[in-house]
Amino acid sequence: MPMLCQQCSQSSATVHLTDVLPSGEKRERHLCETCAQQEGLLLKPQEGIASILEKFVKHGATVQQAANLRCPQCSTTWREFRSQGVLGCPDDYEVFAEHLVPLIERAHEGASEHVGKVPASSGDSAKRQARLLKLRRELNQAVEREDYERAAQLRDEIKAVEDERP
Amino acid sequence: MSALEDMARRTGAWLSNVGPMSDVVISSRIRLARNLKGFPFLSKTSETERREIYRTFSDRIGETELGNNCVFLDMSESPPLDRELLVERHLISRQHADGEGCRGVAVSPGEERALMINEEDHLRIQVLTSGLQLEALWKEIDRVDNLIEEGVEYAFDPRLGYLTACPTNVGTGIRVSVMLHLPALKLTQEIDRVLRATRDMRLAVRGLYGEGTEAIGDFFQVSNQTTLGKSEEEIVREFTHDIIPQIVEYELRARDTLASERAYQLDDKVWRAVGILGNARSMSTEESLLLLSHVRMGINMGRYKSVDLNVLNELFLQTQPAHLQKLHGSTLDGESRRILRAEYFRRRLGGNN
Repeated sequence: MPMLCQQCSQSSATVHLTDVLPSGEKRERHLCETCAQQEGLLLKPQEGIASILEKFVKHGATVQQAANLRCPQCSTTWREFRSQGVLGCPDDYEVFAEHLVPLIERAHEGASEHVGKVPASSGDSAKRQARLLKLRRELNQAVEREDYERAAQLRDEIKAVEDERP
Repeated sequence: MSALEDMARRTGAWLSNVGPMSDVVISSRIRLARNLKGFPFLSKTSETERREIYRTFSDRIGETELGNNCVFLDMSESPPLDRELLVERHLISRQHADGEGCRGVAVSPGEERALMINEEDHLRIQVLTSGLQLEALWKEIDRVDNLIEEGVEYAFDPRLGYLTACPTNVGTGIRVSVMLHLPALKLTQEIDRVLRATRDMRLAVRGLYGEGTEAIGDFFQVSNQTTLGKSEEEIVREFTHDIIPQIVEYELRARDTLASERAYQLDDKVWRAVGILGNARSMSTEESLLLLSHVRMGINMGRYKSVDLNVLNELFLQTQPAHLQKLHGSTLDGESRRILRAEYFRRRLGGNN
């Protein structure tokens, strides 16, 4: 005789769970599919195996697509970069951006924007952008440590840089 | 005498025991990674392009005061022993020594600056000195970088900063490294805890010769890994005022504990090292580094006074394999090196035995 659902006591229980309570005590639960779904414990019917498979296949396809992504400049592929760890040319940063940025963020404590030295030869707008980034960062830090005097000062500076003619 | 033979007889700028915290901090180093705009990174350059990059930078160095009296070496034409010698002196990386194709290095006369061309990036600027002096080094390397940049155009992106072959260097392209001597933390067995905490702060801990080397003889190199999202000054400031003073304090505390609670054990280590170095008939590099570490600890803690720290530094460098062979005037197999090394120590530390 099959076990009945502990929730509705009508259908047979097909979902079996063991919860570990905060006290460390274990609690077994046996539910039918409908009740389990209501508790959000099961995938919705439309998320059936077919749709999961489809997603999986699609994901596989994007991975495949990414692997074959190729820089028109130096012809390095994403796959090549992943196996060797070095890029082929400066353009790769742009070509692979979508896949590369998450890796960069992971390697640099979540950062994805340069703060620091800018070559003297780079255009004024690049220099302005760098200065703004730096000031905004300092502003966040000032607010964090509740140094409102410094924050006000920094806001004025940011405004001044923004108002400079590009 | 060739420039390198001459070099082998001296100790480099980073081994002079001066500068703040030099009883624990052996040396400080900063390097910047730079690439030329309009060229592929080195994994994708043709030999012609490599030569062009090489010429661009060597010409540029020659046009500035950076070229004055500097030793310029073409790695592809240098014998292996010379390249090894430069690795032992921390002037080039292992990768640069073992690499292929057109590549070189320009070393300043006092060895406080080395510019590697065609290493992993087109240009790697490096400055080094003894003790904890990163702020001064940053000023100097910033100046050198500006001098070079006035004549070339770097690959730079306003959002990502300086573009490097490996994305782990992108942004500032800076690597700040400090070499520490931590024998007391090793003896009190606190070293693992300290190193783990250091790694938790996203810092790399390596051995004497950087990437992929074991820490031998209680010498550790601590360096930053994050190069994006923090300015060069911020990174230098963290090292100078937070990270390094903290580790130094742990080491000094461990030295105090040893001196007050286990003085006999401490002296035993020091004097055994002196005894073996002065009497052995065959000695490997690893063993000598371990023993020299203990003697250094003895000198720094004022427990051993017969040898000057400068002599110790000289021994430290000149008994490394390539130095030993360069000073001897020919290449030697492992066994002959070990015998020669032991002889060298006996002559300098052993009195008449």
